[in-house]
Amino acid sequence: MITASLAQLSQALAAGRLSSVELTRGLLDRIAALAPALNAFITLDREGALAQAHAADAARAAGHAGPLTGIPVAHKDVLMTAGLRTTCGSRMLENFVAPYDAFVVEKLAQAGMVLVGKTNMDEFAMGSSNETSYFGPVRNPWNTEYVPGGSSGGSAAAVAARLIPAATGTDTGGSIRQPAALSGICGLKPTYGVCSRYGLIAFASSLDTPGVFAQTAEDCAHLLGAMAGHDPRDSTSLDRLPEDYTRDLARPLTGLRIGLPKQYFGEGTESDVADAIATALSELRKQGATIVDVNLSTVDLSVPVYYVIAPAEASSNLSRFDGVRYGHRAAHYADLMDMYKRSRAEGFGAEVKRRILVGTYVLSHGYYDAYYLKAQQVRRLIADDFQRVYEQCDVIVGPTSPTTAFKFGDKTDDPVRMYLNDIFTIAGNLTGAPGISIPCGFDGKGLPVGMQIQANYFREARILNVAHQYQQATDWHTRVPEAFRP
Amino acid sequence: MKWEVVIGLETHAQLSTASKIFSGASTAFGAAPNTQASAVDIALPGVLPVLNKGAVERAIRLGLAVGATISQRSVFARKNYFYPDLPKGYQISQYEIPVVQGGGIAIVSPTRGEVTVRLTRAHLEEDAGKSLHEDFHGMTGIDLNRAGTPLLEIVTEPDMRSAEEAVAYAKTLHSLVRWIGICDGNMQEGSFRCDANVSVRPAGEVALGTRSEIKNLNSFRFMHDAIEFEVRRQIELIEDGGQVVQETRLYDPDRRETRSMRTKEDAQDYRYFPDPDLPPLVIDEAWIERLRQSQPELPDAMGERLVTQHGLSRADALAMTASREVADYYSAAAKALQAGGTSSNKLVANWVQGELANSLHRADVGIAHSPVSPDQLAALLRRVEDGTISGKIAKDVFDAMWAGEGGGDADAIIERRGLRQISDSGAIEKIVDEVLRANAAIVAEVKAGKEKAFNALVGKIMAATKGVANPAQVNAILKQRLMQ
Repeated sequence: MITASLAQLSQALAAGRLSSVELTRGLLDRIAALAPALNAFITLDREGALAQAHAADAARAAGHAGPLTGIPVAHKDVLMTAGLRTTCGSRMLENFVAPYDAFVVEKLAQAGMVLVGKTNMDEFAMGSSNETSYFGPVRNPWNTEYVPGGSSGGSAAAVAARLIPAATGTDTGGSIRQPAALSGICGLKPTYGVCSRYGLIAFASSLDTPGVFAQTAEDCAHLLGAMAGHDPRDSTSLDRLPEDYTRDLARPLTGLRIGLPKQYFGEGTESDVADAIATALSELRKQGATIVDVNLSTVDLSVPVYYVIAPAEASSNLSRFDGVRYGHRAAHYADLMDMYKRSRAEGFGAEVKRRILVGTYVLSHGYYDAYYLKAQQVRRLIADDFQRVYEQCDVIVGPTSPTTAFKFGDKTDDPVRMYLNDIFTIAGNLTGAPGISIPCGFDGKGLPVGMQIQANYFREARILNVAHQYQQATDWHTRVPEAFRP
Repeated sequence: MKWEVVIGLETHAQLSTASKIFSGASTAFGAAPNTQASAVDIALPGVLPVLNKGAVERAIRLGLAVGATISQRSVFARKNYFYPDLPKGYQISQYEIPVVQGGGIAIVSPTRGEVTVRLTRAHLEEDAGKSLHEDFHGMTGIDLNRAGTPLLEIVTEPDMRSAEEAVAYAKTLHSLVRWIGICDGNMQEGSFRCDANVSVRPAGEVALGTRSEIKNLNSFRFMHDAIEFEVRRQIELIEDGGQVVQETRLYDPDRRETRSMRTKEDAQDYRYFPDPDLPPLVIDEAWIERLRQSQPELPDAMGERLVTQHGLSRADALAMTASREVADYYSAAAKALQAGGTSSNKLVANWVQGELANSLHRADVGIAHSPVSPDQLAALLRRVEDGTISGKIAKDVFDAMWAGEGGGDADAIIERRGLRQISDSGAIEKIVDEVLRANAAIVAEVKAGKEKAFNALVGKIMAATKGVANPAQVNAILKQRLMQ
């Protein structure tokens, strides 16, 4: 029972068939037994979780329970959790205890969810394989020789292994959708500004988007409803009326126009991946959707644009980690400049340093116009390209990632190949539009394939509708890696 | 060779908001270190800036006061550099598109008469914290109370031609920002700080010479002395065959000299880029209009009104609008006196810049904290106007009021000290006759044509009345008696 989906757990809790304490204790035991093999968690809070579970059961007894009350959740370690260590996967914050809660942490706590711990991640959310974490790589539950995707690899692996029914993630270039695809679960990145970034340790401010992992699209809808909302502490948070993201789940797909960009099926896309998507599309067509061939000519531009803008913002965002006020400070240094250099050299890993260097370079005098300014201009062209395509279709469907999971070390020596793994997800961050990845099959090696469904701004409910209807007719989302079956 | 001095000023005015520009922490001066630094001010991971609208309104008010363009859309950028008192590793500052563009401030130059100093721009930014080197043996303490304090950086064109003009501009701006209530102008606490860009060029040359930027000019006198020093230094350097290098120089008030801080070669690359945490600042016409409606009457307009409606001379009007506080005092006293005529207004203006100003100066007290209130001064001047006391006696009464005698009530002091002016002709004639009888020798001198002797007699008569006789009547009666 405890490995069921969030919606099923919610029903069981409501019906009194299960208590939050039973559920939480059961999952904590499961985590204790199985998580170490995956290295999915950086910090666990058993006592705190059980206390919250007791409180949730008490709230339910008093008649104050919502759909998420008493359900355990794990937060990506990029989100600030008051009183709990928040490392961002970095030596820089190895012993940093957050003094406040991130907005989305606060919202899910208000919804009654039980925080069990913090999940492993690429250092400062920079990576597509979870190999850059100071706390070691996360392993893919489907095959521990393979990466789970990144940067939210710990959250994805934990949900895929049914160690937790729901986990948060953040998506800056695909960091929710790509690990969801590679780990065989659902990962939703909402529209930029729908969930406040307050308390999210910034990587690239104009791209960072909090979102969720769960077993089903329906679960994602419930979670997003609880996480969304205006936050006056984030100037980029949008002030919109609250939405019921479950409202369209049952809507039939008749008349749905699915845009299929030919650029998503080029030479970089593995044939097993392309085949799985083709099969999924025929299911959607069977349900009444029509396929429209669309032309997203800017697809190839998104990776280079991203690798100018994201490092530029990161190079500035990470300046606060200087060893002066908190975080890692070198034990010995000669003077101020030496303290900065040593503290940052010791505190940051190679990928973080690479991006700080790239970002510093593209913002430098004499290079700014050629790189940063040009990248912003192309970013605008990419957004225009999508707007044009959305005149022809309601959603865009394609592979989340051109490949399934890869082996550890496979791409670590070739950053550009690693970066290309996010080629289909990055545009969603550059434009700010929403997207989901849902499981839609397996490749010849038994590794999951993810299908990405994107739509225009604020069309999360439509995306969730398509995903949910697909999941009503298929069972890929119910598959559990053998080693983790209950 | 004859040299022309060219000066441009950059002024950092601390805006008088209760909280910081991007956080809710207090901006009050003098609190214990780091007690007014919020999570945003110390740049904890995950925190974000939220713009304080009050700071924007103050910037708009300045723009309106100097006839500038208020940008409908302006952008906050990040200025990146590492320093321990800069918690984020970058300062948020408006770079490419500032909130206020253009405008000008009229000053009176000692050599060129009325001159308008053009403003390039005024932009919003946050202050850094402070590094404390004392009290921490071999270490540096960081106080982040000041971090995030809102500043408006007001930049001029290179329109000033002497240290005097630079000081005149700085004083006018200083007065203006206090007048419109956007900055308390406290220079000791760093609320109003100037940097001067100084260069020289041969008279008649159009191209600008290489400039140096002098920092740390936190008093008008320092500004004057630093510029004078720098001008001399540059001219001597060039005349000795050297070249001025573009650099930042620091003024040392103890040694009264500027010295090099860093040259252009050391200049950092700040890697400015638009802050992705802050959407562009959009100011609509309605917002500007609301502020325009609530903008106080500006010094120039008020001065004009004092000339045309109050009947003051231009010089008096200028003096009465030298600062918001003086203007408020004058206005309150003139209103309280109520007589309303030109002579009454003139009387108030004379007293405000005469007796009151002197006393304030002696006691080193600001006019806003004057022990003699505008109402009390008006009550005193009412007695001058109605002839109860003479102007000379009024000064004694004023001193008594200043000292707190009679609760500052002019009438009570006049009564108690018996200072009411004698205007009864009979009484004055009697005293005059007594004095003439007792001073026959002086009378003889007068009659012999010695004018000084006449004044001596007046003095004796006034002394005999303890100064309260009406001087005009004394004069008239004395003349009449001597003719007999």
